[in-house]
Amino acid sequence: MLRMVALRLPQIALTLALLSLAAWFAIGLMPGDPASLALVSDPRLTAEDAARLRALHGLDQPLMARYLAWAGALLRGELGYSRLYAQPVADVLWPALRSTLVLVGSAVGLAALAGVALGGLAALRPRLAPLVDAVALLGQAMPGFWLGILLIILFAVWLGWLPAGGAPPPGEAGWPFLVLPVATIAFGQMAAYARHAAAALSAELHRPFITSARARGAGEGRILWRHALPNAGVPLLTLLALDAGALVSGALVTETVFARPGMGKLLYDSVMGNDYNLALLALLLVALVTMLATLAADLAQRWLDPRIGER
Amino acid sequence: MTRLRLGLALLALLALAAIAAPLLEGWTGRDAFAPDLFARYAPPSAEYPLGADELGRDLLLRLLHGARVSLGVGVAAALAAALLGTAIGLLAAWRGGWVDAALMRLADGLLALPALPILVLLAAVDPAALGLPRGALATDMLRITGILVLFGWVGVARLARATAITLLASDYVRAARALGVTEAGVLWRHVLPGLAAPVAVASALAVAGAILAESVLSFLGLGIQPPVPSWGNMLANAQEAVFAAPLAAVWPGLAILLAVAACALVADGVARRR
Repeated sequence: MLRMVALRLPQIALTLALLSLAAWFAIGLMPGDPASLALVSDPRLTAEDAARLRALHGLDQPLMARYLAWAGALLRGELGYSRLYAQPVADVLWPALRSTLVLVGSAVGLAALAGVALGGLAALRPRLAPLVDAVALLGQAMPGFWLGILLIILFAVWLGWLPAGGAPPPGEAGWPFLVLPVATIAFGQMAAYARHAAAALSAELHRPFITSARARGAGEGRILWRHALPNAGVPLLTLLALDAGALVSGALVTETVFARPGMGKLLYDSVMGNDYNLALLALLLVALVTMLATLAADLAQRWLDPRIGER
Repeated sequence: MTRLRLGLALLALLALAAIAAPLLEGWTGRDAFAPDLFARYAPPSAEYPLGADELGRDLLLRLLHGARVSLGVGVAAALAAALLGTAIGLLAAWRGGWVDAALMRLADGLLALPALPILVLLAAVDPAALGLPRGALATDMLRITGILVLFGWVGVARLARATAITLLASDYVRAARALGVTEAGVLWRHVLPGLAAPVAVASALAVAGAILAESVLSFLGLGIQPPVPSWGNMLANAQEAVFAAPLAAVWPGLAILLAVAACALVADGVARRR
């Protein structure tokens, strides 16, 4: 396990370095550097002022030199400032990351519970399998943002039970604002879990050790919980590992639909608001979290099933 | 088998709808772009079967027009991704060694990254900086397709590589080589046909993924720009008007759902036939 971590961490670092370089040059292709934006927003600024601003902030340097200066500062721990929020980037990033982790964490938990329950139903009662299949197909094909809009129409517009989105005001309970976004992400994820849980469980339930447990007189409940489920959990963890990136993407769309503050919305707003330092750092942080989550899922998988050798 | 037929029938229906858009326009004498401010948020009626949007444009006509954009981008991106992915997978399997290792590490890296945030970043790139006209539909479609291909080839390439490695080690490939068939001949005649089925499955899933991704980007305002309708940007408009015309949010989403489900059914059907 240690060997795997030692192997993966440099790979993660290299991926991040390459991603930051690629993103830096992509940003170089976006319209509007900070000086020309200042020029647009303040009519009293002359072209000479803009040129002086560019020289002051080093924007007249070539892209590569600016990248090296930025990367050097980042390695020294200087994250810099956000233009959009007029705050240090760290002060903007951490609350957003926490909010997204709460959202995605609750959604994954709910999706795993509901998915395994549905999958178990399909495996234990084969007659219900087509129904579970249909629900899974629906969850897979349903665009997350559409489900979000439909939930808003139903629960916020017609029934008025839950807020349509936004952030909870300080001092108020946060959970009503969490219900619809969590449901939106969880429904999409649940589909895949249900399918895989059904496949894995029905495969496990036909294995010889299940028959032998039954012959020894173990109850059906014990067989399911003690013998079949732990083994069926391994492919589910694989799925979770593969899905870490999709989850972050889902959070971006869902946060935009529900106007919920978080990493996804932060990234979107910073790209739209030409706040490129914040956009870049948010992207790198999201990528880092995704890759660490994948690594953690891989480790958990190995711990559950020691037969999975170290590649 | 029934899945395959059902999926193909659904796709054919959607393609027909896309083709029918101008016909219906000619027949009703209205088009999908002309605003009519007297008909803002008109409820469904004989004149506007699905109602009208915030500028009084016919939602049904826009939905049909959106099918052209959404299906076009989806199919184009998936085809390009399938071609690129097959080529890369085949190359990796055939050359092996460091070429294989480098390509597969690249694929792993792309797969590990959160795609959508990167798509958002890329979608904001100024087309003018790359020498393309800004705001034209063709530019938008090309840009979205290119971005989707960038991530779409990975899945196809991994499948194609895995299959190609088994095929290259098979006896009939060894026999062909022993008979003096050139390497190009081996790949073209003996390996490529064997890749058809897995690549077809991966491509059908890629079409579904591309349609979803295009709708997400358009929904976020980074994809197809209004006034050209796509299912994604229609949903974005509908969300803004969620109190005035809640039903307007139903149809584009249903169209995306049908298209993606049809592709998934086709992929499932092909996979089960093997």
